[in-house]
Amino acid sequence: MRMEQAQKTMPRKKYANIFLITGVAVFVFGLLFGLLFYTKKVYDLPWYLCIVGACIAGYGVYQRNNTGKLGEEVCFSRQQSKAFFLKYALIFALFVMIVIIAIISPNFLQFDVCLDILSQSSIRLIIALGICPTILIAGTDLSAGRMVGLAAVISASMLQVPTYANRFFPNLPALPVFIPIIIAILVCGVFGMLNGLLVAKFNMHPFIATLATQVIIYGICSLYFDLPPNHSQPIGGIKNDFTIIAQKKIGGKVSILIPIAILVTVIMWFVLNKTVFGKNIYAIGGNMEAARVSGVNVFMTLIGIFALAGILYGFGGVLEAARTAGATNNYGEGYELDAIAACCVGGVSLAGGIGKISGIVIGVLIFTVIQYGLQFIGVSPMWQQVIKGVIIAVAVAVDLSKYKKVLWH
Amino acid sequence: MVLSEYVLEMNHITKSFPGVKALDDVGLKVRPGSVHALVGENGAGKSTLMKCLYGIYHKDSGEIILNGKKVEITSTRQALDLGISMIPQELHPIRFRPVMENIWLGRFPMKGIAVDKRAMIEKTKELFRKVGLDINPEVLADSLSPSNLQLVEIAKAVSYNSKIVIMDEPTSSLTENETSHLFKVIKSLQKSGCAVIYISHKMEEILKICDEVTIMRDGKCLGAWPASEMTTDEIIRMMVGRELTNRFPKKDYVPGKEVVLKINDLCSQSPKSFQHVSFEVHKGEIFGIGGLVGAQRTELVESIFGLRGIASGEIIKNGKKIDIKSVRDAKKNGFALVTEERRASGIFGHLSILDNTTIAGQQKFARHGVINESKRVKAAVAEDKELNVKTPSMDKAIEDLSGGNQQKVLIARWLLTNPDILILDEPTRGIDVGAKYEIYTIMLGLIQSGKSIIMISSEMPELLGMADRIMVMCEGRVTGILNRNEADQVSIMRLATMSK
Repeated sequence: MRMEQAQKTMPRKKYANIFLITGVAVFVFGLLFGLLFYTKKVYDLPWYLCIVGACIAGYGVYQRNNTGKLGEEVCFSRQQSKAFFLKYALIFALFVMIVIIAIISPNFLQFDVCLDILSQSSIRLIIALGICPTILIAGTDLSAGRMVGLAAVISASMLQVPTYANRFFPNLPALPVFIPIIIAILVCGVFGMLNGLLVAKFNMHPFIATLATQVIIYGICSLYFDLPPNHSQPIGGIKNDFTIIAQKKIGGKVSILIPIAILVTVIMWFVLNKTVFGKNIYAIGGNMEAARVSGVNVFMTLIGIFALAGILYGFGGVLEAARTAGATNNYGEGYELDAIAACCVGGVSLAGGIGKISGIVIGVLIFTVIQYGLQFIGVSPMWQQVIKGVIIAVAVAVDLSKYKKVLWH
Repeated sequence: MVLSEYVLEMNHITKSFPGVKALDDVGLKVRPGSVHALVGENGAGKSTLMKCLYGIYHKDSGEIILNGKKVEITSTRQALDLGISMIPQELHPIRFRPVMENIWLGRFPMKGIAVDKRAMIEKTKELFRKVGLDINPEVLADSLSPSNLQLVEIAKAVSYNSKIVIMDEPTSSLTENETSHLFKVIKSLQKSGCAVIYISHKMEEILKICDEVTIMRDGKCLGAWPASEMTTDEIIRMMVGRELTNRFPKKDYVPGKEVVLKINDLCSQSPKSFQHVSFEVHKGEIFGIGGLVGAQRTELVESIFGLRGIASGEIIKNGKKIDIKSVRDAKKNGFALVTEERRASGIFGHLSILDNTTIAGQQKFARHGVINESKRVKAAVAEDKELNVKTPSMDKAIEDLSGGNQQKVLIARWLLTNPDILILDEPTRGIDVGAKYEIYTIMLGLIQSGKSIIMISSEMPELLGMADRIMVMCEGRVTGILNRNEADQVSIMRLATMSK
């Protein structure tokens, strides 16, 4: 049935060494370039070359150290090459995008630009990480954006400077910063549990359940926002010790949002890969019936997934309020679509059971680079939408082609 | 043109799927206006043969001759146009649409560009008259009883002017009265020149209504006989009569007398499922459960395992009455279940062999919810190696493994939960002979280490070769429990076809 093609094989060690040597060469080249032949015209290109070289070498090292797990031999066949390119297609795509933009506008290669992109990706990444488990179980979460708005409004409303003219709670005493933050996040967590309950207990499809809660949350948020004496005015006059959570720049350059996002990413990676809960999520997404037969507590896991999502959206909302030093009930509108798109492009399968944290990070980066980069080279925002849509369609098509099964006849 | 004495001839039909030859030079000849029974046990090839006739499968080789003319049937649409209809065992009407729409779907009577509802009602009423069905054409299909749904399907066949109607287990959900009504309808179909191919395992019915009987076994056709010349026993003997070769490891171990599991009068929550089931399993025993499709064996073990509800009855393990309301309860009490369809409810296809092996027992390697990876990998590798799972890496996706290796991973999965009673539902289905032998060897090793096994199997040789005792079920009831030395294929099949 399956024909064995003549395969070229190479010992994995040799394969690894090729990458290692290439990587080191690129790294050294970049170093020399930067130190000896530097011209202002290429901005920070040499240092980027060093990073690329380090990554290539790192891949080589990884292949060397994991020979036992991956197999002694590397096969070169059309099938394998195709699989390889599909696996790293996203990174290639991102790379190509950056190269094109850099050629058109070389000052894109400044380190400050890189930091900007990373900090703009941070909050989106947190929300995408929250939505990821809901997609892993072949569901979705349309309430993400409105939860962000709710958390922003709640936290901002309680953290205004006492001397501000339009205080939300005029007589509220000064609260330690963490209390409104915790309240905002907990409220979103509770709404997340509601989502989980609708899906787990009433068997609602997550699309419908979260669509309903999305609308409810927006309504509640707007009602809260409209409370006297605020009457739907944008919330302003935010205390400094709150805004600093999102606005501080470490060493004057690196936005604090970046390490925050990295921390959340590491935590989510740990949860998905190193805990029983995480394994159960993949099991439910892979085959819910088999999960049930194996004794996985599907009910509690579903509630946990949506509650955790709510907590992450809440955190994202708090950061949004801090970053913009304000909040309105319309904050977060549409965020879920970007998050879902980023996950899909990042290889999280809508059919469930497949997806990695690394893919999500790249998915978010791709969209931020598109937005930022196209703006950078002066492309109209309308074009950005078109390109965004094309990337989503292509990425998902490429992803699905990996799992094409032939039907019997 | 020579007038053929047969309305349908299927000659030298062969059909293979990867790894299995489903039909091997099969022949079927049906006379016009006759009721022709097609008999054989699970996996004999009856469904496959009919699916080739109905355009669902394409035969690999052979010819189909309809009314003396050779035809190539490539789609069900074509089959319908050629006058062949099939009424499947499980009916799936479009529930929330009127009955008449279910019948005329795809060929609605039209008035210009709109559907002619009045004409549809009239045509449907006339159709119903022909099959003696007295219902309003406009009622929703959902509101009909299984018996009426079936008559609607027959009406549909008549509306297609079918000359050949295939009925797959038509009386499986019918009462005695409904069955006699169905037989009256079949007789009237015959009178109008329609032939019926009747697939069933109910011997008495076959001899009552059928003119001829074709018997299949293991993908081959044994021949056709007039029903008047056959007896139930003869049919059964031919259905199962095969050489029992040495496909099983030698079994020296004799099970003990200690009763590890006692099931008392267990009744399913669903009244259509198993009722009043009682049996005992001893320590170190392989307890086989035989029967045909529809016997509710899977439903029985799923209920013991906490996947389905129990209305009444007791489960007594090691002398203590236990309450099983969930899979967690079952696991806690030392049960394990390897399900019938590993692709549907066993394996997590895209996940790694490592994850597949540890999913049921992962609590053992976790502290406060965090998995100790090295402990987990070590245990999984050890168990998989013990069962001889062939793979270069634990990270490979399980769907890349052969069926036999997948099944071994599933057994390894459950062994990691330390059960004392393993329930195996069709443990060697879809597995090659060599892998089957390996699984049998594993089973023997398990009982020698003190575990007990409940094994559901539709393969007679497997039951006779491996089980110490065999409980046979038919339509949800236990029809008999045989000891190894008193069981043979005929007695099992007799018990399996013993309807109420």
